[in-house]
Amino acid sequence: MKAPLALIVLLLLLLWQGVHMLAGPDALAPPLQTIAYLGAQLPTPEFQAHILATGSAFALAVAIAIAGGLAIGLATGLSQTATEVVEPLLLAGNSIPKIALYPIVLLLFGIGMPAKVAFGAIHGVIPVAIFTMSACRNIAPVLLKSAAVMRLSRLDRIGSILLPAALPEIVTGLRMGFSLTLIGTVLGEMFGAQSGLGYLLMTAIGLQNTQVIMAVTLLLVVFAAGVSTALLAYERRLRSRT
Amino acid sequence: MAAPHVSMRGVTRVFPTQKGALHALGPVDLDLRKGEFFAVVGPSGCGKSTLLEMIAGLAPPSAGTVEFEGRAIGSDVPDGVGVVFQENACFPWLNVADNITFGLRRLPVAKDEVARRLDYALGLMGLRDFAAAYPAQLSGGMRQRVCIARTLVTQPRLILLDEPFGALDQQTRLLMGDELLNLWRATGATVLLITHALDEAAMLADRVAVMSSRPGCILEIIETGWSADRDSRIVSDPAFGAVTGKLWGLLRDQSLNALGPAA
Repeated sequence: MKAPLALIVLLLLLLWQGVHMLAGPDALAPPLQTIAYLGAQLPTPEFQAHILATGSAFALAVAIAIAGGLAIGLATGLSQTATEVVEPLLLAGNSIPKIALYPIVLLLFGIGMPAKVAFGAIHGVIPVAIFTMSACRNIAPVLLKSAAVMRLSRLDRIGSILLPAALPEIVTGLRMGFSLTLIGTVLGEMFGAQSGLGYLLMTAIGLQNTQVIMAVTLLLVVFAAGVSTALLAYERRLRSRT
Repeated sequence: MAAPHVSMRGVTRVFPTQKGALHALGPVDLDLRKGEFFAVVGPSGCGKSTLLEMIAGLAPPSAGTVEFEGRAIGSDVPDGVGVVFQENACFPWLNVADNITFGLRRLPVAKDEVARRLDYALGLMGLRDFAAAYPAQLSGGMRQRVCIARTLVTQPRLILLDEPFGALDQQTRLLMGDELLNLWRATGATVLLITHALDEAAMLADRVAVMSSRPGCILEIIETGWSADRDSRIVSDPAFGAVTGKLWGLLRDQSLNALGPAA
């Protein structure tokens, strides 16, 4: 696992260098220079303020998306009727291009932190809800019958049978929710914010500062890929037992 | 005569379907004696699993009453009843030891007693080397042993087995049958075994009830007459052939019925 990962990273860096050489420094800053620039920028208070703005918005958005998605998914997944009513709504909601809702989010929350959080959360909440609901419905009936035979209370049944049985699929939902919430948060910062990495990207495009663009992009890619890979590894470990 | 351990009177089960009510089972009158090994055989779809679910309190009867130890069973699972299902009911996220003690840890039983019963069950079911293994690492037969052990440690007074060996190969089934007999002798519990395998019923049970095709009713109850210390070697006893022959004689027509009109 480790060796191929290193190889893939190396290949991506080579590809990046190749595109840089073809397209020129006005389009793409080269990898080594970007890494050096990012290393120099990270300790500065200005850059850290942007990271903190995005980080706190994202943390809040992802917390809302997970809590909301789990609540909706569990509440609907536990009842046949609720699933039949809510599932089409969730699937329809999932297919709405969220960017179309952006004006409404801005009108509701104004420019700034609340809009970013809301826009991030609406991206993540639906996939978490869909996967949680489907996870609840896919539990082998014999496990629930066993719980009934052991005379478990409703709460114990949810905590000790339903959640652990559904966990692998829920983690898939969390992984999806994580990525989409990050997309939503950064997207929210690009148009309706005065700070954050998305804001930084948009101002850099205006100034055609490829160094900043590539440094911020690299930071986001490393963060997203790192967390996603860790979640995937956790999910695989859970699934190996089923 | 002592009061029956389980008593069913006029038990009927009707399922609502799109084409109207489907009369699946009954009326069934049945008494289980305390401490006996009772088997129910019947053609597929005759409602024998439904019968078990009603005794387990998993599905209320449409009409009639089910009593366990003199108390009526409604839609709640009665205390003192353990069930082993045909499907793999192991909890995949728990290792063998945690699976076995899952229900036990929820009962008012002291910690060292939990450990003692776990150790006993691991030994009896031949699982001692696998206490830390996860169900996914075990064979089907081993997983079923885990489920039996999980039921056994709660010391149920009535053990219900719903085709517990249905997914296992013939050799494993015979050996598991022996283990089941050991367990029955060791616990003194009343055992109700639902099965479609005539030889299994004939070898294990004190009495075998033969059910008709749907709506399932009890056609006849046959006493096997085995001694309590029997094991799977009785399959070579001439009397064993006589019992299975008698069971098949009763079941053949019912099974043909269940298959539908002959082509």
